[in-house]
Amino acid sequence: MNLFNINSGGFTSDRSFDQCLKCTACTSQCPVALARPDFPGPKQCGPDGERLRLKSPDFLDDALKYCTGCKRCEVACPSDVRIADIIALAKDKYGNNSFKVRDFVLSHTDMMGTLTRGTAPLVNKLTSIKPVKMLMDKGLGIDQRRTFPAYARKSFRSQYKSVAARQENFVRKVSYFHGCSVNNNEPELGMDLIKVLNAMNIGVRLMKKEKCCGVPLVANGFHKKARANGELNMASFEESLNGGSERVVATSSSCAWMLKDEYPHILGVSNENVQSRISFITRFLANEFKSGNIPAMKPVNLKVAYHSPCHLIRAGGVIHTLKTLWEIPGLELTQLDSNCCGIAGTYGFKKENYETSQSVGDKLFKQIEASGCDYVVTDCETCKWQVEMSTSKKVLHPVTLLAMSLA
Amino acid sequence: MRRLETDVVIIGGGATGAGVFRDCCLRGMRTILVERGDIASGTTGRNHGLLHSGARYAVTDSHSAAECIRENRTLKHIAGHCIERTDGLFISLPEDGLEYQKDFLDGCKRAGIETEVLTPEQALILEPSINPSLIGAVRIPDGTIDPFRITSSNILDGREQGGTLLSDTKVTGLIIHMGHVRGVNCIDQRTGEHFEIRSRQVINATGAWCHEVMEYADLSVDMYHSRGALLILGHRMNNMVINRCRRPGDSDILVPGDTVSVIGTTSTHVSRDELETMEVTDDEVRVLLKEGSKLAPSMASTRILRAYAGVRPLVSLSSGGSDRTISRGLVALDHAETDALPGLITITGGKLMTYRLMAEVATDMAAKHLDISTPCTTASRPLPGALLSDDDKRTGKKAQVGGYSLADSSLPKSVAGSAVYRHGERAKDFVKEDSKWNNAVVCECEVVTRGEILYAVDKLNARSLSDLRRRTRVGMGPCQGEMCACRTAGLLAETRNNQIEALDTLRDFIDERWKGVRPVLWGDGLREAEFSYWVQEGLLGLGGSEGNKPDETTKEKTSLEKSEVEANP
Repeated sequence: MNLFNINSGGFTSDRSFDQCLKCTACTSQCPVALARPDFPGPKQCGPDGERLRLKSPDFLDDALKYCTGCKRCEVACPSDVRIADIIALAKDKYGNNSFKVRDFVLSHTDMMGTLTRGTAPLVNKLTSIKPVKMLMDKGLGIDQRRTFPAYARKSFRSQYKSVAARQENFVRKVSYFHGCSVNNNEPELGMDLIKVLNAMNIGVRLMKKEKCCGVPLVANGFHKKARANGELNMASFEESLNGGSERVVATSSSCAWMLKDEYPHILGVSNENVQSRISFITRFLANEFKSGNIPAMKPVNLKVAYHSPCHLIRAGGVIHTLKTLWEIPGLELTQLDSNCCGIAGTYGFKKENYETSQSVGDKLFKQIEASGCDYVVTDCETCKWQVEMSTSKKVLHPVTLLAMSLA
Repeated sequence: MRRLETDVVIIGGGATGAGVFRDCCLRGMRTILVERGDIASGTTGRNHGLLHSGARYAVTDSHSAAECIRENRTLKHIAGHCIERTDGLFISLPEDGLEYQKDFLDGCKRAGIETEVLTPEQALILEPSINPSLIGAVRIPDGTIDPFRITSSNILDGREQGGTLLSDTKVTGLIIHMGHVRGVNCIDQRTGEHFEIRSRQVINATGAWCHEVMEYADLSVDMYHSRGALLILGHRMNNMVINRCRRPGDSDILVPGDTVSVIGTTSTHVSRDELETMEVTDDEVRVLLKEGSKLAPSMASTRILRAYAGVRPLVSLSSGGSDRTISRGLVALDHAETDALPGLITITGGKLMTYRLMAEVATDMAAKHLDISTPCTTASRPLPGALLSDDDKRTGKKAQVGGYSLADSSLPKSVAGSAVYRHGERAKDFVKEDSKWNNAVVCECEVVTRGEILYAVDKLNARSLSDLRRRTRVGMGPCQGEMCACRTAGLLAETRNNQIEALDTLRDFIDERWKGVRPVLWGDGLREAEFSYWVQEGLLGLGGSEGNKPDETTKEKTSLEKSEVEANP
């Protein structure tokens, strides 16, 4: 857009705010501004605010904390301003980043998974009973009305061991970035992916080591930790890709976006050696289907409603998910209107955000209830938690649906 | 004909005139200031906004340098709300060598300017935007000063002491009776009414235009008018003033000012009939960018908001020489002594930095003639707005910049902070917690609220959109009034109960914004201009009507034809 702004990136000073034309398209598309009159919206918090903050950090508005980071503003922006990034960086750079136990617990998703390992049934029981929820609410500021995602009894990585050897028999292999939620909360999704890709004659390997992609860490101000994770992940990716994997795929839309598109300018972590070989799973699948590699499928005879996650919209990946779903026989697919569900990762778990979160998602929840679908389908784990908590429907990942249809 | 009577008439509402106004009022004289347009609309509002330490003149003009550093310290004390104590750097680039730095340090020492020699590494840590290829740097106590606010504060203080400001009023002649200047003839440019002001002293503080007033008394002065062009960058690129450590030349000062940075200046001799043409040329823009990028390389990729130019009122005391060798010192003429014409004093030359000193000198002359012995207090008495208590003002992470906030305010920091930043403790007059609508943001780029606009109309004598811009920064941000001009015009119409006047001022404002944008129309600025054009002309219909097109030389896209407005009020 800016012919003279060749190198506007760089994580310490994103000068893309110079490109803002003050058209306010971003604020018109902001779900939080709609739900909260006291949130001045992305234009004022982002490009406008940044000009003031360059004068003095004292101009940092408290309201920036209401930004969910959904990035719908960046989708709306005709001038390529990285609005949500400017807001996220401002919180880090100018904010009073005092340590909060709550934010630490919510954001260190892989650590929490490891800590609960072996005690998952107990933890799940505890986090669902009223007195504990009340304690977490009063003591930590995690809203008691929120349903916590259950931790799995056995992590994905240990379940994988049973199928690991088989994967090496396939000529084609991909590496799978499972992320924290698959490892700790939904190992079934990981196992489904293996079933689907194996049915397409592709083996699935894991990285020797992977860490949280950093999305929740950045959202809660733990940039340093996120940066360290990023460096480790990129080293692992490079090792896998040099070791016979043709791509790295991820089943979480937000993880994929972070790994592929945000590491350099948000964290200053270079991904240039691997960037072109990181794919969100449906993009990979849609490409395979297009080239004729379609697994044998049977009709599922289901009516599903597809909810597009904000970060997948930002990545431009919704079309790939739709193309993947269209291949499933016997699937009656309706696409829900593009609305944010309101959870925004760890955002909706915080007591101060609960009302905003639910009010943002309200339109979506109503449409889901009215749709008469059997299942809701979406690509993002936190959207799934939010929709399952806020509606009567179960939510499936596109890969799970594919696995159900395998002949 | 209406006749006013007073002790002192001051002609000219720039910083100097405003300073004289305040000084006279504080010394108990009945005072009227006559300004043909708005305060700070001439040379005062058309410079860098640099609070000189004097270092720039340390080698070439040590008298000016010493004057500057004295006033620098004084202004920091009396005008804290108009000043940022940023400090400055004089950087030496490889092409400059380090030879000049020695002379520079000697000169600073002579003038009493404190210096700190830095290594290139130290300088880059202090100010990351500077050219990394520098070979040396000196830190000096430069700062920034807002010329509009300092002028406005002087006027406010004077008016609170009982002085009268007559803006949009032009002096058409001096009343000379029996070889004595007895007052001035005026015309109110809004109503067309002619009137006279009888006074015991007339002080000509018209700066670059002082010869015009002197000619009313058949006096002449050898003025050297030097035009300087500047560019405003879209955001604050640097937090310290950046200078080149070499003989003063073109485009070698980059000043951070509020939310922007300003690069300048050029220096071109202009004849006296060119004083009103202020269009910046392509060549000037090119030179400014080329040289400016040597100070701070990121300038080459930074958006440019507008270009403007001002005229320095230099008085030639010797013939020949370029303007940079002529002293920037003040020139005070008591015509009773120099021309046997009592009743007239001319104060000119000098610079924004020394406005207060110039005012003191001129007021001393007037006081002597009026037998007033009250001493000058302007060097010690803080201006209105500079009395912020420690509770309300706190120093931010960047200590030398200083951030502002209102204690116990529940308003967003950007809103309360911007108000305090601009108006000091006087912000309390309009930032009211209980009045939500009053705190609605009118100008989003610069965070100007409805309350601030109404305060400027009520207390700071703002009558047009451009007046409001000078008092509040409304319309000075990246969008150049695209979003806020109409809102502000609407507010002005509410206070005036007169829609045509508000539409006129809206047209003038948009045209004036457009003039500054035109020389730098490329990249994002061009996209912005195009978008403004769609909104203002396409959506709001502010354009000229078909068949009534302005001619080529004065063509402005956003011109609003007066006849059309009057036909459709």
